[in-house]
Amino acid sequence: MTTPFTYAPALESRSVVDIKPSYGLFVGGEFVDGGGTAFKTINPATEEVLAEVAEADEADVDRAVRAARTAYDKVWSRMSGRERAKYLYRIARIIQERSRELAVLESLDNGKPIREARDVDVPTVAAHFFYYAGWADKLEYAGYGSTPLGVAGQIIPWNFPLLMLAWKVAPALACGNTVVLKPAETTPLTALLFAEICQQADLPPGVVNIVTGAGATGQALVAHPGIDKVAFTGSTEVGKAIARTVAGTDKRVTLELGGKAANIVFDDAPLDQAVEGIVNGIFFNQGHVCCAGSRLLVQESIAEELLARLKRRMTTLRVGDPLDKNTDLGAINSAEQLARIHELSAVGEAEGAGRWAPPCDLPEKGFWFPPTLFTGVSQAHRIAREEIFGPVLSVLTFRTPAEAVEKANNTPYGLSAGVWSDKGSLILSIANQLRAGVVWANTFNKFDPTSPFGGYKESGHGREGGRHGLAAYLKGAEA
Amino acid sequence: MTATPSVAGASDFADLTGSDASLRRFLHGLPGVDQVGAEARAATLGTRSIKTTAKAFAIDLAIRMVDLTTLEGQDTHGKVRALASKAMRPDPTDPDCPPTAAVCVYPDMVGVARETLGDSGVHVASVATAFPSGRAALPVKLADTRDAVEAGADEIDMVIDRGAFLSGRYLQVFEEIVAVREACGPAHLKVIFETGELQTYDNVRRASWLAMLAGAHFIKTSTGKVQPAATLPVTLVMLEAVRDFRDATGQMVGVKPAGGIRTTKDAIKYLVMVNEVCGDDWLDPDWFRFGASTLLNDLLMQRTKMRTGRYSGPDYVTLD
Repeated sequence: MTTPFTYAPALESRSVVDIKPSYGLFVGGEFVDGGGTAFKTINPATEEVLAEVAEADEADVDRAVRAARTAYDKVWSRMSGRERAKYLYRIARIIQERSRELAVLESLDNGKPIREARDVDVPTVAAHFFYYAGWADKLEYAGYGSTPLGVAGQIIPWNFPLLMLAWKVAPALACGNTVVLKPAETTPLTALLFAEICQQADLPPGVVNIVTGAGATGQALVAHPGIDKVAFTGSTEVGKAIARTVAGTDKRVTLELGGKAANIVFDDAPLDQAVEGIVNGIFFNQGHVCCAGSRLLVQESIAEELLARLKRRMTTLRVGDPLDKNTDLGAINSAEQLARIHELSAVGEAEGAGRWAPPCDLPEKGFWFPPTLFTGVSQAHRIAREEIFGPVLSVLTFRTPAEAVEKANNTPYGLSAGVWSDKGSLILSIANQLRAGVVWANTFNKFDPTSPFGGYKESGHGREGGRHGLAAYLKGAEA
Repeated sequence: MTATPSVAGASDFADLTGSDASLRRFLHGLPGVDQVGAEARAATLGTRSIKTTAKAFAIDLAIRMVDLTTLEGQDTHGKVRALASKAMRPDPTDPDCPPTAAVCVYPDMVGVARETLGDSGVHVASVATAFPSGRAALPVKLADTRDAVEAGADEIDMVIDRGAFLSGRYLQVFEEIVAVREACGPAHLKVIFETGELQTYDNVRRASWLAMLAGAHFIKTSTGKVQPAATLPVTLVMLEAVRDFRDATGQMVGVKPAGGIRTTKDAIKYLVMVNEVCGDDWLDPDWFRFGASTLLNDLLMQRTKMRTGRYSGPDYVTLD
């Protein structure tokens, strides 16, 4: 039998989600018009316009901050932790109930495979709300006091629109803060669906406000004198601008920025599982992951064998329609991001690194990039230093553990790292020497609400998740 | 599709099999298997969504891969004849339904099976070598094997001595497999590890290489008499081993999960795994088999559902 086993299309139905032609801002518990110029959000897999979204101008941001302040003063900060927890649990349960709808919408607006939205994003979102609901009435035991900061201005990126919302909103609310959240301009839809969930949960008006827009809206939010805290996840460049804006004010800031993580594979590693970890580390969510394992450091003695296995594995990655349940790699989120990936990949080639991608047919419409790896990369290459934020892996080699650590740490970033070895003592010793917020051992890209996440150096400061995540939203704690 | 740094002949491994020490060095030098990672990979592959034409293809392929099995103390000639008839014509209402790969019986039933199957092309497999425990002297196991082959078995399913393997007497296990293969003559040899007793994935990978070095045509998870029998992660590790063995030697070895695979859904998960771990070449009854007794009926019911759009029921497929 020579017929190949071709998987027939297995499309998730779009009918579970009802996308409105246009969306307003969510302020004071209601949807309102925006003062700016409405913009369109598209499906990056097809370039089809999904909806028109209002742009919040300075006046809208001001209105949202005031709504948040009123809700903070009159209701939310006065409520007992136990009461707040009830709302958070309710939201968590509604997220679970509407998980299919959320997953499909996330996949449509972002371009990520439905398999990941369904199996990773949405369950982790619900888990975050459950986890922080549990903390709401136990803040005293966390060790950071229990006095909230006030109004939090939160700006989230387009790579995990719902998950980043949960990371920001759940701890803020649990601690008694109210929020004004700005989702990314290319992926605002699930945040707006979340606004509906807040209504469904009878969350008091103004506790959560959502303002949509691009950089200017974010800037207005950061600069607004009425907010007490800025929480930002996104590019290092924007993070620096935010730090400059709030310098000299008494606003507290947490920044979760870029990364260029080293994924270190020693010669005694479980090779097949290391290959899976490498694939998961760089091709999960099309590589749109700030903690992606974008630098593979392989011990020279196994480099050839590991690369052969990795290439073979990459040929089985299925690129295409994100709503197909068998898709492994979806669409690049925007034309702009695709252009950047093309640009940096071209630089990689020009600098002499060996470019390789498995043969794969990319759809004609939409923004697509094949899973790609560069061999023969050195620390001096731009692709080894700059965050590409796409499905592009740079492969470097090392000879000794000391060299691995040196190379891993030789980066302006320090968000995450991975170590692969069968030897526990080696893993512990390497992990202790790596300057990274998260070090995964024999796995990669694992997230859990109980585990703090955040970076060193240009990867930002502050921690999200876990008990540590509460510190960012309580007065008694140093941010 | 394979990217092999260096293709060596199996003879290059000859010096490895000279002593327990050298065999141990080699087997323990194989890359380890991370339990959590292997199980996670198997679980992810299990979420593939196989629909319509792909499902129809998979069901027919799975039927062609079934070693329809009865291994019970109460087996009778009548039971074996019925099973063999079913292997040739699994669905009496549909002549397009393919036959199974083989029937698998105890050695004393081989003659009956052979006689019923005639020249239908369905193979006769027999579990020999003091199945299922393997606790007998080597001459007894060899006699058991020859007996089955003489009675007409063209496939022998042998069990390894798990006691010897677990106590590190790898050479003994190796030599036993070599001896049984010799006793098989022209018959194909499937080597059963009883992975439920080997316990760790590292052991499974080592046993796989040991059997392949000794000349096994197939490696097989279980007797079906011990739980857990076949699992997706265990099969994953064995598939990776045969894939790596071909990269190293150019020789292909088959894989047979056995025991506990009862539903079409499960069978398809295995086929997805074969497809994505080893590739097309192994999607063939010559290189992948299911050792099963009840799987066939579910495959037939699902096949009817795909053909007619309606579910039948257990009364619409034959009992044996």
